Amino acid sequence: MKAIKTVLVLSVFTLITAFTLKPVESGYDVGDTAIDFKLKNVDGKMISMSDYKNAKGFIVIFTCNTCPYSVAYEDRIIALDKKYKKKGYPVIAINPNDPSASPNDSFEDMKVRAREKGFTFPYLFDDGQKVYPQYGATKTPHVFILKKENKNLKVAYIGAIDNNSHKPAAVTKKYAEDAVDALLSGKNPEKTTSRAIGCTIKTNY
Amino acid sequence: MRKLFGFICVLFVLVSCKTETKKASVLQETQQGKTEPTQKIPVYTYKELAPLLTKNDGKTYVINFWATWCAPCVKELPYFEKLNTVYKGKGVEVILVSLDFPDQLKSKLIPFIQKKKLQSKVVLMVDPDQDTWIPKISKNWSGAIPATLIYNKEERRFFEKSFQYDELENELLKLLK
Repeated sequence: MKAIKTVLVLSVFTLITAFTLKPVESGYDVGDTAIDFKLKNVDGKMISMSDYKNAKGFIVIFTCNTCPYSVAYEDRIIALDKKYKKKGYPVIAINPNDPSASPNDSFEDMKVRAREKGFTFPYLFDDGQKVYPQYGATKTPHVFILKKENKNLKVAYIGAIDNNSHKPAAVTKKYAEDAVDALLSGKNPEKTTSRAIGCTIKTNY
Repeated sequence: MRKLFGFICVLFVLVSCKTETKKASVLQETQQGKTEPTQKIPVYTYKELAPLLTKNDGKTYVINFWATWCAPCVKELPYFEKLNTVYKGKGVEVILVSLDFPDQLKSKLIPFIQKKKLQSKVVLMVDPDQDTWIPKISKNWSGAIPATLIYNKEERRFFEKSFQYDELENELLKLLK
């Protein structure tokens, strides 16, 4: 009997800890306050979110020139910016890769890509790779939707743009759009995180 | 007391269910193995891949998630190949799960496998519903590749990172002892 009790106590303990213990991770969770940054845009100007006095929030997307998943999403990122900039949620793209580890992600190459594709949004270079670790971006593309609350930027959504990276026509869930739509109607997004395959962020350490 | 008994019953049912599914998956897999020519690259949805990630046959499996377009993945592939060669006779199997784009199987993946003369088993994973299957493989996986799962019936370890050979071998040895 005692043995059964021990087993029970142990299994209950395992069940509880399995759902509550969190792995050690850096970066933001939904609900955290995000930092602003001051990074160089492809047009040479320094950009901060505090420059956008009238924005209600931001669609921050860590992306790059070289990752096929990023490339697959370029047109959809442009569409997101076109749709939501006027509603108060502009896209800000940040290239987190270290060009010494990923040569085609240099600032010069970013300029070329932005021009070729006609990016309608800032494409910033995370010089020294200081911003992406604070956000906890792990891959490209990786989306962080931020909502302005008083003077703070609250993380409202982290994850993918939608649920089909290869085939835009087969998308059935537009995670990023749904999140921004919810925020625009004064609600919290129903789905606050999602996962997708992406390219690891290239560093030299 | 009655409640206790009920709880134990539920636990027992849960545990036995799990064993049933595992048996079924292994069976299904061997059937597939017979019908598939050995040279062909199996194209899997998560449902079809899952049995490879939950084998209970006493072997230790090293499952590497990669793609031909992923530079750090390509860089570490030789370490997985070496591991496969060195440990093949010691109850270890390496499986390379490619996340290449489904329409590039013939144009990129197969030529790459031939060019690099890959010896480990390669399967192509094409399930678009990544938000559903990524957390099933590991709740700690954000979706970045390369990523590696090492498991046997006792233990599972998941790594969202690149490996050097020594490091990879060390992680395998932790499960082999």
